[in-house]
Amino acid sequence: MYEHDVIVVGAGGAGLRAAIAAQEEGADVAIVTKLHPVRSHTGAAEGGINAALREGDSWKDHAYDTMKGSDYLGDAPAVETLCKESPRETMQLEHWGMAFSRDEDGRVSQRPFGGLSFPRTTYAGAETGHQLLHTMYEQLVKRGIEVYDEWYATRLAVSDEERPEDRRCHGVVAYDIQSGEIAGFRARKGVVLATGGPGQVYDHTTNAVSNTGDGVAMAYRAGAPIEDMEFIQFHPTTLPSTGVLISEGVRGEGGILYNENGERFMYEHGYANNAGELASRDVVSRAELTEVNQGRGIEDEYVHLDMRHLGEERIIDRLENILHLAEDFEGVDGLEEPMPVKPGQHYAMGGVETDENGETCITGLYAAGECACASVHGANRLGGNALPELIVFGKRAGQHAAGRDLGTARIETGKRGEYEVGEVDTPVQPGEVGGPGDVAADGGTAPDGGATAELTPDECVERAVTDERTRVDALMSREGTNHATIRAKVQKSMTRFVNVFREEDGLKQALRDIREAREAYQDVAVSDPSRTFNTDLIQTIETRNILDLAEAITLGALVRDEFRGAHWRAEHQERKDENWLKHTMLSWNEGTPEVWFRPVILEGEDKTYEPKIRSY
Amino acid sequence: MSTQVPETQEAEPEAEEQAPSKGDQRRAERRRKAAAREQERQEEAAERAKEAEDTVELKVFRYDPEVPEKEKPRFDSFHVPFEKGMTVLDALMYARDTYDSSLTFRHSCRQAICGSDALFVNGRQRLGCKTQLSDLDEPVRVEPLPHQEVVKDLVVDMEHFYDQMEAVEPYFQTNELPDGELDEQRQTRENREKIKMSTRCIWCGACMSSCNIAAGDNQYLGPAAINKAYRFAMDEREGEDIKQQRLEIIEQEHGVWRCQTQFSCTEVCPKDIPLTEHIQELKREAVKNNLKFW
Ligand SMILES: Cc1cc2nc3c(=O)[nH]c(=O)nc-3n(C[C@H](O)[C@H](O)[C@H](O)COP(=O)(O)OP(=O)(O)OC[C@H]3O[C@@H](n4cnc5c(N)ncnc54)[C@H](O)[C@@H]3O)c2cc1C
Ligand code: SF4
Ligand code: FES
Repeated sequence: MYEHDVIVVGAGGAGLRAAIAAQEEGADVAIVTKLHPVRSHTGAAEGGINAALREGDSWKDHAYDTMKGSDYLGDAPAVETLCKESPRETMQLEHWGMAFSRDEDGRVSQRPFGGLSFPRTTYAGAETGHQLLHTMYEQLVKRGIEVYDEWYATRLAVSDEERPEDRRCHGVVAYDIQSGEIAGFRARKGVVLATGGPGQVYDHTTNAVSNTGDGVAMAYRAGAPIEDMEFIQFHPTTLPSTGVLISEGVRGEGGILYNENGERFMYEHGYANNAGELASRDVVSRAELTEVNQGRGIEDEYVHLDMRHLGEERIIDRLENILHLAEDFEGVDGLEEPMPVKPGQHYAMGGVETDENGETCITGLYAAGECACASVHGANRLGGNALPELIVFGKRAGQHAAGRDLGTARIETGKRGEYEVGEVDTPVQPGEVGGPGDVAADGGTAPDGGATAELTPDECVERAVTDERTRVDALMSREGTNHATIRAKVQKSMTRFVNVFREEDGLKQALRDIREAREAYQDVAVSDPSRTFNTDLIQTIETRNILDLAEAITLGALVRDEFRGAHWRAEHQERKDENWLKHTMLSWNEGTPEVWFRPVILEGEDKTYEPKIRSY
Repeated sequence: MSTQVPETQEAEPEAEEQAPSKGDQRRAERRRKAAAREQERQEEAAERAKEAEDTVELKVFRYDPEVPEKEKPRFDSFHVPFEKGMTVLDALMYARDTYDSSLTFRHSCRQAICGSDALFVNGRQRLGCKTQLSDLDEPVRVEPLPHQEVVKDLVVDMEHFYDQMEAVEPYFQTNELPDGELDEQRQTRENREKIKMSTRCIWCGACMSSCNIAAGDNQYLGPAAINKAYRFAMDEREGEDIKQQRLEIIEQEHGVWRCQTQFSCTEVCPKDIPLTEHIQELKREAVKNNLKFW
């Protein structure tokens, strides 16, 4: 067993920031990550980091834009924390040497981004995430923080008191990809999950192959509620063949969208008469699909994004990376022709419920970054707001886990205070099929109710290790279905039915498909017999996580019968503020997802954000 | 040798047991269904490969120290239905998901930014995700990066590469931060432009693998690490004293002077970093530096 004060799972922007912060608090910290840190998906972020740095701008304006962008489903205490702390955290990166783009006077450049009332997106060319990830990894090397890279975390070691709020997280179990060793990692103070998004739930996504939502699924099964899972952001400009992202920076710099008739449809068909191409992502995604559905798409599939008029010099200065992406992955020269684009899965607004200190309702369990839902993005994330989330909440989670007092959080977690029990009418029984202790799945907390509550922390971790060894042995010794078939089936169904446009019948069909996939998963088997670098095994376990999250997303989408932010429902074409100013929560109750709701917090520090019509 | 589309599996005969319990029956039934599904999948795959107008043949290096049949390195052939725009990585994923789930390679972003799928394709270091099949001669030979120890199939051990990267103190160092925590260190656009290419390295290791000198001298820092040193040494936000220290590191016995300007690193770098040029420039800096002191 390995032992540290703080264990951070994941080494993207959120994980690295958390580790640095925890170490600065004096904690002995280690990172467990399935990819070497510089391979994390944060490296793919292109556009930039929002921070109110300039005269004429203020964190309050940033907070206002964010609340409006969230369609009034962001929790004000989290949103205000984000906007207040982003300038300092962004400058911290500069002080660590990050190669931001520069203005004539040598200060960092900022540019306009969708949904922002001020050009406050700080950037490094069209490779902001790459620069950010490497800058932070450099700091990690400098500080000598221990990294267990190519270790795949498969299960949390959490005690199993009846109420999740009484449970405690003592560590994680992980699998050394290179050697096949399964080991426990005991965390004396806390575990920070920073495992990134679940893009692989869909087959057309901007996310990396490794983004399988592991942290969210593990926390969910261990009892931490997951929040607002239905809110999946579809980015309007992804390359049709691969899902590779063409940054919003292109539209920020003045790129124009055209349909097959050469019409600038954002204006000509009235989707966003003021902001045009710079309306927020949900608006633009729907506009594009409407164009395609009404027969004005190109090859019935996509639209054109044109940046030629910006001129070669400006394109090379600010969007050079985009030229390479269009060329390498779509064979299009952005200086000579418009680029084909269509919406693709991009970001999960939902995730593990946390407060503004990054803590979940399980003591000692934290989450930060895309896997968390502190609720800063609500129903729709503004471009450039995820990277500040990584550094602001990554830092806070790391500090708090290391024992620093950050004051009492205003956001409550778990089934405390005011909450409302929900109901969904499902066509099939959702959830687990094999019962507790099922070898095909990580059993969440230990299977025999209450037994591990009595164990010492070490024993609790050892117990989880034993369960995990049993599961892996079972997966490797039997014969059965390959995970790839199951995964592909779920991804297809999600892309077909739980996409930009959603309707009741389709959502129900998706639940049926997921149920079928779950049953097939009971027979999943790993055919590669080797313990060395067994990616077959890893993908098999990841597929299980994909199943649980696909179901959570679909259940959330079915229960929310309104139209808010990224969530569009055919039968419900209006935002229903009287009923729905609340978060959708899901708890894994011994394998059956339970739905409940918690009101959104619109009261900020010195004002209440009044819901207004979102028009751009 | 050729495995092509593997033979379809026979459905498993049901085990003869005395009075099987309900649970056993259910499990047996499941297994039967699973086997049937698997068979269907493979048949479909075979069908697809046959129907596809165009297939590409991949010859892939295989090795696994733990599995008897794979202990001796060998090549397997896979026939993958070709679609326009398909990359080497797409083809490998297809082969793995359809024919042999034990086929092992690193990959993640699919967009040339995570640096994990540097491979030796038709005799040259390339990123699998960035290499279009249509640009290659057939059969496409896919091997692990040369000069690195093979862990399994296409996966190589990267530890030595990481060690070399860390040897150059790859982090920003300065003594003079601005007073205000919200004030940035100013940097001219020209200076940012100068270091820009060097900051693009994705740690893929292609350059190191292509370098003859690195192959012969295990201690040579190598192009990627020297480029990393360049990234900081040329950044005007770091002070002169630190630049001095950096030059000392890259000037050491196994540093810049080992480079014989063969340009192989520059040729293979998927991020178009002018590595040889950067190494040359550091050599000049090192000379200037020494002149100053001698
Ligand atoms: C193409 C693209 C462009 C984007 N552009 C922008 C932008 O311009 N501005 C912006 O604000 N946001 C942008 N975003 C969103 C933002 O980049 C992501 O939300 C953010 O980078 C996620 O960071 P993270 O640290 O949460 O996770 P990631 O960077 O995805 O890191 C996850 C980490 O967890 C590890 N991990 C996962 N599962 C396990 C496990 N089971 N065991 C061990 N380790 C595990 C991985 O190895 C990895 O290190 C973009 C996103 C994409 C996909
Ligand atoms: S310098 Fe180029 S080839 Fe070398 S590791 Fe970096 S990106 Fe790869
Ligand atoms: S898969 Fe990331 S660089 Fe190729």
